[in-house]
Amino acid sequence: MAEQKKTVTFIIERQDSPTSAPYTQEFEIPYRPALNVVASLMEIQKNPVTKDGKKVAPVTWECNCLEKVCGACMMVINGKARQACCALIDELEQPIHLAPARTFPVIRDLLIDRSVMFESLKRVQAWVEVDGTWEVKDAPIQNPYTATTAYEISHCMTCGCCLEACPNVGPQSDFIGASPSVQAYLFNLHPLGKFDKEKRLNALMGKGGITGCGNSQNCVEVCPKNIKLTTYLAQLNRDVNKQALKNIFNK
Amino acid sequence: MAKNKIIVVGGGLSGLMATLKICEAGGEVDLFSYCPVKRSHSLCAQGGINACMDTKGEHDSIYEHFDDTVYGGDFLADQLAVKGMVEAAPKLIKMFDRMGVPFTRTPEGVLDLRNFGGQKNKRTCFAGSTTGQQLLYALDEQVRRWEVKGGVTKYEFWEFIKIIKNKDGICRGIVAQSMNSMEIKAFPADVVILATGGPGQVFGRCTASTICNGSAVSAVYQQGAAIGNPEFIQIHPTAIPGSDKNRLMSEACRGEGGRVWVYKDGKPWYFLEEMYPAYGNLVPRDVASRAIFKVCDHMHLGINNERRVYLDLSHIPADYLERKLGGIIEIYTEFVGKDPRKVPMEIFPSVHYSMGGIYVDRKHFTTIPGLMASGECDHQYHGANRLGANSLLSAAYSGTVSGPEAMKYCKEGKQGVALTDAELEAARQEVQAEYDKIRQMNGPENAHKLHQEMGDIMYDYVSIERDNTGLDKCLVELKKILKRWDNIGLTDHGNWANQEAMFVRQLRNMILYAMAITKAARCRDESRGAHAKIVLKSDYDAMTAEQKEKLVGLAEKDIKWSADGRAHDKDDELVFFKRDDSRFMKTTVINYDPATEEPIVKYEEFEHSLIKARPRNYAVAKKE
Repeated sequence: MAEQKKTVTFIIERQDSPTSAPYTQEFEIPYRPALNVVASLMEIQKNPVTKDGKKVAPVTWECNCLEKVCGACMMVINGKARQACCALIDELEQPIHLAPARTFPVIRDLLIDRSVMFESLKRVQAWVEVDGTWEVKDAPIQNPYTATTAYEISHCMTCGCCLEACPNVGPQSDFIGASPSVQAYLFNLHPLGKFDKEKRLNALMGKGGITGCGNSQNCVEVCPKNIKLTTYLAQLNRDVNKQALKNIFNK
Repeated sequence: MAKNKIIVVGGGLSGLMATLKICEAGGEVDLFSYCPVKRSHSLCAQGGINACMDTKGEHDSIYEHFDDTVYGGDFLADQLAVKGMVEAAPKLIKMFDRMGVPFTRTPEGVLDLRNFGGQKNKRTCFAGSTTGQQLLYALDEQVRRWEVKGGVTKYEFWEFIKIIKNKDGICRGIVAQSMNSMEIKAFPADVVILATGGPGQVFGRCTASTICNGSAVSAVYQQGAAIGNPEFIQIHPTAIPGSDKNRLMSEACRGEGGRVWVYKDGKPWYFLEEMYPAYGNLVPRDVASRAIFKVCDHMHLGINNERRVYLDLSHIPADYLERKLGGIIEIYTEFVGKDPRKVPMEIFPSVHYSMGGIYVDRKHFTTIPGLMASGECDHQYHGANRLGANSLLSAAYSGTVSGPEAMKYCKEGKQGVALTDAELEAARQEVQAEYDKIRQMNGPENAHKLHQEMGDIMYDYVSIERDNTGLDKCLVELKKILKRWDNIGLTDHGNWANQEAMFVRQLRNMILYAMAITKAARCRDESRGAHAKIVLKSDYDAMTAEQKEKLVGLAEKDIKWSADGRAHDKDDELVFFKRDDSRFMKTTVINYDPATEEPIVKYEEFEHSLIKARPRNYAVAKKE
């Protein structure tokens, strides 16, 4: 079937600046095998002309690695938040609708501002408090099974799919979202990181914290790295509740 | 006392490592990056990081790592620099481990090690097949901690444009531009460290991220920083060819038992194992790439006679593959739609890494005072060919050198006088004027199409097999492209997140860097590591009898010349220049000539007294 498609049609939601009104434009590019959405946007860069022949500014978006590790090219493709580089044209219904992930402020076209996610990583103290980069002594031996869980979570590339898909992240709630919350869980697993477990759990109490999670399970559906986000959110929720009780009794 | 301010450009492994070291030494960092530093290209490194941990009962030693690296680099790496790196490697691994890198572990919980190319012992620490991602995240987290503590100010989505020198020629700041608001600003500093990565995009399709364009390196080259060994471009043997990028399939595939083959006479032919019995599939990358190229282009044995060979993992148990190589198996499955656990992958070599870069001393100072370079953008550590899993090591290690050395330089008061407000403003205005001019460009050429053409030309003439006719032609073509750059037209003349204008500026830098690579390759009449040069009739005729003996090793009667003047031996195999230590065991040093915009080539001595150069032959086990 694929061979018969000669062109690929895109309907792209564009926006010239953070405050201007969005509009759509239609583009048609030549089909080729193994084409993906980023490669298609690159084609548009080479010939930025709409389907009806209007010369326009090339579409603006963010991408780096093109192999689904950097997290940069997240956008909404046919209604679903995902990485554009691995969105293969052959697997998408046409016309292909591209839109920015509007959970985040739009900078221009498909380019969005995800700095809020990096700020949340500060809030949950997503790091190990090492004394320094100097040599101290041997690092502790780790349980290989725990390390496997850590490895799974550590694939999180802060792309923001889980925030875009979450009904509780947005103007109606302060919830920081699955991705940064689960990073707290990751560092609580580490033999040195767990020394600061209480700080991280306390950081997840209150406004924007774990209670913001409505357990809609959307995050785990869209995670491009297949991280079992809801499983870890549930465990984190339990840890936070335990910590809250502990806080009360230790007052 | 005010803290010393260091500007670090680039937030990959090297830039972040330098940043941490500077903060720990009491300095302050302004960190510039095209992207949130967590999205830097270091995260595309897959297979691992080399360090002599010697936890596999193989009596591995730091000396062995040292020798493998120098031998793998065909004796063009500064040996004292390499020695420092391999000695520090085990300490760096322990640091990463403490920071929470989820390294793959043995059942008893210690770091597992795997085999890698050009090394006989298990020496590669790894986190599945996403090692670079995991190491980068660890440093990203630590830098974020310093951001909270104070000490680091990030300028993400800011593009470095050029350095600013004071009246004495000392680098004391940079001009950068916001990629969103397009604001151009001058930033003063005591020292500037470039950690801007490789120039893969000069070749168009490659394994590198779109941000690895070499533009920053070219900018400082045009401002007087010398470039070292740019002709040594690593072609990785195993990548999935693609129209937007070639996606890397880690050397770890072969490290974990993957085999490379094609059909010959109806049967699988494991050509690497046959050609190189001692190392088999684990020959270094330059050797493997040339072999694959030969099998496809000269023997016409590629899959369906296309430029493809098999990389086969299907004989390895699926659960083992999942644990050790899960990340890249996912990439292959996702982008190709076939499962490498069941069918052999189809791969071909791709431009991957630049051994060369900004010419630096062992402390990572460039030829411009006050400007340093570390990571892939410097020329140090890898000589003529880099061993797999040594890049994460050199990136991290170089940051542990450049950061502290920058602070030491400040403490010694070598930074000279600060820039005046007038000097800062003048530099800013100059960049502003250039940018405004670019934004108004209205010619018929499209910058992205021109980029693609340049990449194709570079692949044609300056990749796996090079010859002097092709290199001469390439230089002519690049000059034409440079001229055509003047005729670029933009469709976006706006002043908000104008990616097109930024790309046009980067493209000019890329063309000038491409010229440096090509000229260096043209001038090096030998084969060494990644630089393999075919003997042409014109080369042969120009040689003395002694040179013919030494550089070709064949009498004229034993050479068959093809129609295009290429030498073939009696078995019809292409004849390459041999390594010529007497003339070329030297670092290529390229300076920019502002009058002609062309590269000027000279050669410098380097430290190679610790391990005596010997012939490099992976068909037999290494002899020291």
